[in-house]
Amino acid sequence: MNWVGRAIERFEDPALLRGEGRFTADVAIGARVVRFLRSPVAAGRITRLAPPPEMPAGALFVTAADMPEVGAIRPMLHRFSYRAVEQPVLPRDRVHFVGQPVAAIVAASAELAEDLVELATLEIADETAVADFDDALAPGAPTVHAVAPGNVVVEGFVRQEGVDAALAGAHHVETFAFRSRRQNATPLEGRGGCAGYDRATGRVRLTASTQMPHMLRTGIAELLGMPEADLQVVAPDVGGGFGQKMSLFPEYAVLVWLARRHRRDFAWIEDRNENLIASAHSRDQRHVVRAAFDAAGRILALEADILANVGAFSCYPTTCAVEPLMAFAEYPGPYKVPLYGARARGVLTHTCPMAPYRGVSRPVITFGMERLMDRAAAALGLDAAEIRRRNLVDNFPYRTATGMTLDDATYVEAMEEAVRLADIPAFRARQAAARAEGRLLGLGLSVFNERTGYGTPAFAARSMGIVPGYEVVDIAMTPQGEVEARIGASPHGQGTRTTLAQVIADRLGLAPDQVRIVHGDTDRTPYGWGTFASRNAVISGGACQAAADKLAERLKRAAAVVLQTTAEQVMLRDGHAVGPHDASIAISALAQQVHQRSDLFGEYNLAESASYDPPGTFSNACHLAVVEVDAETGGVAILRYLVVEDAGRILNPMIADGQVRGGIAQGIANALYEEIVHAPDGNILTGTLADYIPPTSAEIPAIEIHHLETISEATATGAKGLGEGGSIGAPAAVANAISDALAHLGVDIAEIPATPPRIRALIRAAEAKARA
Amino acid sequence: MSRHVVSFTVNGVPKRVELEARRTLADMLREDCGLTGTHLGCEHGVCGACTVLVDGEPVRSCLMFGVQAEGCAIRTIEGLAAPDGTLNVLQRAFRTHHGLQCGFCTPGFLMLATWLLERDERLDEAALRHAVSSNLCRCTGYQTILDAIRAAAQELDRWEDSAAGEARR
Repeated sequence: MNWVGRAIERFEDPALLRGEGRFTADVAIGARVVRFLRSPVAAGRITRLAPPPEMPAGALFVTAADMPEVGAIRPMLHRFSYRAVEQPVLPRDRVHFVGQPVAAIVAASAELAEDLVELATLEIADETAVADFDDALAPGAPTVHAVAPGNVVVEGFVRQEGVDAALAGAHHVETFAFRSRRQNATPLEGRGGCAGYDRATGRVRLTASTQMPHMLRTGIAELLGMPEADLQVVAPDVGGGFGQKMSLFPEYAVLVWLARRHRRDFAWIEDRNENLIASAHSRDQRHVVRAAFDAAGRILALEADILANVGAFSCYPTTCAVEPLMAFAEYPGPYKVPLYGARARGVLTHTCPMAPYRGVSRPVITFGMERLMDRAAAALGLDAAEIRRRNLVDNFPYRTATGMTLDDATYVEAMEEAVRLADIPAFRARQAAARAEGRLLGLGLSVFNERTGYGTPAFAARSMGIVPGYEVVDIAMTPQGEVEARIGASPHGQGTRTTLAQVIADRLGLAPDQVRIVHGDTDRTPYGWGTFASRNAVISGGACQAAADKLAERLKRAAAVVLQTTAEQVMLRDGHAVGPHDASIAISALAQQVHQRSDLFGEYNLAESASYDPPGTFSNACHLAVVEVDAETGGVAILRYLVVEDAGRILNPMIADGQVRGGIAQGIANALYEEIVHAPDGNILTGTLADYIPPTSAEIPAIEIHHLETISEATATGAKGLGEGGSIGAPAAVANAISDALAHLGVDIAEIPATPPRIRALIRAAEAKARA
Repeated sequence: MSRHVVSFTVNGVPKRVELEARRTLADMLREDCGLTGTHLGCEHGVCGACTVLVDGEPVRSCLMFGVQAEGCAIRTIEGLAAPDGTLNVLQRAFRTHHGLQCGFCTPGFLMLATWLLERDERLDEAALRHAVSSNLCRCTGYQTILDAIRAAAQELDRWEDSAAGEARR
């Protein structure tokens, strides 16, 4: 029986559905409550910092002065003119963004701690803040950090010979300048941690809502100058992450410092305002992308100028280069681009630091490429599918202009299938009929690839100081025959306990419910990187498969002794080790014998370890959106949304579809709704969920998903990752559909989110232009 | 801050709790009653993760004070499954239809849906969509939550295949 490929129900669900999940805030009850006094201004010098005049017994007020031995967060990148910006755990003299933690206040209850935060004194001599990259790059702009004069913290530059000539001599040059506004990943559970001190061992157990428990442990131990072995990090149930929970945040270091100093338990559970203003932001970018086309509509050269507002500091471990350099390396996407030039700059500002968020820059570059293709198609008199057909990579493996290898995929096939399913001629007729009635319908395509499951080589190419990549799995069989697999990755909603059990079950002839996946605890799992970058199915899956295969060999050797045959003759199936002539032994009985009668076997246990570190692969998809735009209000309704995607072998179709749908919902939010807005002085105007507006079920349509299944040799399981694709493809599909709906007015979407006021402004401007 | 004694029932069990007037119902349930299944997603009444039923009506427990629960019958996610942990029809439907991923918003959706399924009128598509838009989920994209509640309503014979509902689909 094959378990891989089946939509089995998740092992994670029953506890979550009974309210018996264990999230960080649940663990924190009873601990002393930590709240942070945060900077109310974006830039300035701290002139006075003092505790409330009266502190209740047991209350604490902790500032940088109390922790002189604690270091600064200083992730490294050894290329691209990177400036090593340092983020203090708590600032000694200056603040750099609104919401930056300045002091920690501890009390017996949350209510009391919040009272004390109100009563503490923080005086700051304001300095001029730069919130936007235009301000930060202006001549004479204030310098955010002295280490980065001019505020450029990282810069990538490449320009292949011939780009200039191609642009100069092209039949058509299409230029698209656009802006992507700042987003917050907004997991429903915010950040939080509980540091418990064990007086018997002197160790601290930090329970934290994190995607990277091992990395968090390494980072905190380094900051505090403590033995890493004295710190255990546990990621319990984690209420979504989407990249935001990858980073080492100063608050966690304060918790562990408090636990060690005061030998007690301390917890911080952030509120929504803290999450919105002071966790991590993303996607605050402006690009100018330009392509040279020949008369047949084929791209001859592509150039991109990429600006990313990376905020005030650099996130650990990925660094703040992650957005600009992702755009830099992957701009051509699924298209044949013979010549490429790009300049990508990360710009420091007095705003909340940027960190990865689902798709990292690829929602932005896909928006850029796909809007560019539609604009070029219009200029060249081609339809949207035809110009893509002429440019999509269709011969694999394909080496890109930036040196990446695109493995087998279905860029053209996925688009053709989407176009066929949507029946575009019929849509055009409906669109014309609707327009005659004054209704504005539009259809948009978005074709993209998604680099997934990349291991050490891909990260090493970025010259990161800390190079993530591999995953290790320790697997063991109990004497009763159940399997425990301990993984370094750390899921937060992906159903990994289920999908990896399916992978292992198939290799051992067991059922998935006989497999326990252990994750999210540095004491119980091998060192690993975590769950991010659409890597879990590929990398943890590959490591689980390899570990299970090694365990299977052990079982076969032992079975050969019992069945008096050779290991090569033994098969594992349906819970049994089966030899010639159907002689068999239950795997559970075999496991018991190996453990308890090792005298018969010469083996002492059933434990193995394996790692996997693949070069990476590319999944792909075509998204197609049909929208209706209300010209009076600027509102957009999505009438149809379909996806044809190819993520190779699907481990569990139910879970895979869930990733696609959830990603698209976030991508639609990116296209239409969500925006962190700053005042010019760097204050945030969107600090609640009434101002920063994630969509509800009223805004997100039913999504039709169609699968293609290209089994790539680039991964051990045949699976390609798909966790980010939904959010990568959706902004472009929706924006192209809106632009299609408004094309007759001369309106073109070049800024997301395309909110009703922005769409109204575009329509008004177009109408004024038409009158003039 | 003055302290008050409040008496109420949670999932049918009588409780008597002493708390500050400013403590929210959500904090009272989580910290004073040990019922951590109710989750706090925003604490300003937008996300709905903390939805519980108070005297049969869905309530954002972050927007109600504990002292206001005097004499009330409160129901939380912990009261849905059988005492031996067996999932009820609605919980099973969420599992079958993949109506949850990280599970953090799930308690709020389950309590909202419990209210929908227990009302006098049968549930139709329009009412389902209107009600479910009360709460936020960041993982699923909502379609599978709608599927799960619809399936539970059908299994419980609480579903109305109204023309009005169909038209909106």
